[in-house]
Amino acid sequence: MTKEMLEGNVAFAEAAVRAGCEAYFGYPITPQTEALEHMSRRLPELGRVFLQAESEVAAINMVYGAASAGARVMTSSSSPGVSLMMEGLSYIAGSEVPVVLVDVMRGGPGLGNIAPSQGDYNQIVKGGGHGDYRPIVLAPATVQELIDLTYEAFDLAEKYRCITIVLADGNLGQMMEPAELPPMRPVRRVEDRPAWALTGAKGRAPNAISSIYIDPAEEEVFNRKLQAKQAEIEAREVRTRELCLDDAELAVVAFGTAGRIAQSAVKTAREAGVRVGLLRPISLYPYPYQRIRELASQVKGMLVVEMNSGQMLDDVRLAVEGRVPIRFYGRMGGMVPMPDEVHDEILALQASLSQLASPREVAQ
Amino acid sequence: MTETGMVESLIYTKPGSLMPIGTHYCPGCTHGIAHRLIAEVLDEMGLREITIGVAPVGCAVFAYNYFNTDFAEAAHGRAPAMATGIKRLNPGKLVFTYQGDGDLAAIGAAEILHVAARGENITVVFINNAVFGMTGGQMAPTTLPGQRTTSSPTGRDVETQGFPMKMCEVLSQLDGSAYIVRRSLHDVANIRRSKKALRTAFAAQQQGLGFTMVELLSTCPTNWGMKADEALHWVETHMIPAYPLGDYRVHPAVHEPRGGDRSK
Ligand SMILES: Cc1ncc(C[n+]2csc(CCOP(=O)(O)OP(=O)(O)O)c2C)c(N)n1
Ligand code: SF4
Repeated sequence: MTKEMLEGNVAFAEAAVRAGCEAYFGYPITPQTEALEHMSRRLPELGRVFLQAESEVAAINMVYGAASAGARVMTSSSSPGVSLMMEGLSYIAGSEVPVVLVDVMRGGPGLGNIAPSQGDYNQIVKGGGHGDYRPIVLAPATVQELIDLTYEAFDLAEKYRCITIVLADGNLGQMMEPAELPPMRPVRRVEDRPAWALTGAKGRAPNAISSIYIDPAEEEVFNRKLQAKQAEIEAREVRTRELCLDDAELAVVAFGTAGRIAQSAVKTAREAGVRVGLLRPISLYPYPYQRIRELASQVKGMLVVEMNSGQMLDDVRLAVEGRVPIRFYGRMGGMVPMPDEVHDEILALQASLSQLASPREVAQ
Repeated sequence: MTETGMVESLIYTKPGSLMPIGTHYCPGCTHGIAHRLIAEVLDEMGLREITIGVAPVGCAVFAYNYFNTDFAEAAHGRAPAMATGIKRLNPGKLVFTYQGDGDLAAIGAAEILHVAARGENITVVFINNAVFGMTGGQMAPTTLPGQRTTSSPTGRDVETQGFPMKMCEVLSQLDGSAYIVRRSLHDVANIRRSKKALRTAFAAQQQGLGFTMVELLSTCPTNWGMKADEALHWVETHMIPAYPLGDYRVHPAVHEPRGGDRSK
């Protein structure tokens, strides 16, 4: 396989096609519309299903229906559209059908703008729709990761019969980079659809796809089952990418595009002799609390960088439990932090720690 | 042999497309009749094993418990979108939604319009009882002018609460619609006509002609505050004048399915 120049949105759409995605239902919204356009060409030429819905509300319910039929299906959207999909996502979680969603985040709240942002973190990572559920959330930082994580998202969704969300942003969706596409997998035969799927009750008892449990005791039993599944996901699916952490005294924690920018800053600071490393969570749910907890007993301070007001910062704090000071640098509204800004923040963290450290050292 | 010497033969049994259980519907409610008609038609047309239903949010939320077919339970108003996904991935199957007026004409107004505009090859069974039944009798888009409900306590005032939505009239304007008819469940003759319309709609779907909908004027004695027979009478005297029965759009290729139509 050779690398080719690919735009993020086209790349993840093609990755989905190659993962055996049988149907795409969506509604145009910048900065991810190229994905919908790519699907409108690719899926019909392969004899698969593409449909432009009348809204995101309808699109996610079409996905819900198609997934209930046991097919590999997906949609993609950007922040305001994803807000509209939350109703459907809650029903999908309550019915345990596997679905893949790519959210290419943009500036908000409200109509906001079409520039890259990470402002959907809380909505996406903490559940989003009503009720107790969490989707698996994967955060790419390069077009290659966007491809690989979308490709894998279908397997994860099916393995756990859950929602898997690839959380990208306008920067990743619209940038072009050399990347390699995965091999084309065959589409599953209709006869091989899962036993629970709605395919007509020929020769078997009828199947029902439903999220209603009127009896509170039954609803609790179902919720306990969901939570047991979440625990399994938390035990098995935590992923991170790490850089220069072995001997680090300072750690930067950042995901997605912010993580990529932080990587440049960490490299420059290292060259200047600062013992700093980077932890980039790939899975935002399940979150790498344990790894960050370990780091908190190794490093002297942490810097969290995000393209929001500090939504992931809360999770870092939960892991660190006050063991080391945490500094935060966030840009909002579609503003993207520059590597030199992050570099300055690393130096500021270092400076603040040396001030903090001296009295303690004296006391020891 | 009976005392009169005549041979007894069973002519009326529960359709195989219904589960052998009772429903939760109120006494006198016509939801039960509508379920039975659908099930009889599925039996007679031999469609049970290829049918996938989509239940609404409303009193029919448990419809999936009552039909002996595959079923999905949609979010409020979204059944047409969910049915679209199911049908596109199961093109050879018979897909129908079962929706109340609140579900279809209020929260799901966009979804029903677009499923018709796309000519989605599904059938919608639309239960119009002029109120939100399940939530306790609030005003629906189909509530008649002057009709009292728990949220129009002095009667629906069209000045402030708008006019009833006539969904057959609206949807029949869309070119994707192949068969759009309104029937009623208030007496035996009309129940028979309703059954025939369901047959025709399912047959049209199987012919691939496009979007099909059968609206059934129905009762909600509980929330109308009436006895069962009064409610049936009210359909005849109040609802039919506001919602005239008839065929609103019939694709030229629609034909009555042959054989076994006992409803004539
Ligand atoms: C999003 C959402 N909004 C509101 C409700 C509450 N709700 C349940 S049933 C219903 C009305 C159903 O009325 P209709 O469709 O006319 O059916 P009927 O009960 O009369 O058969 C409403 C508003 C809900 N379940 N979900
Ligand atoms: S509330 Fe009305 S519509 Fe619902 S079951 Fe009772 S009578 Fe039927």
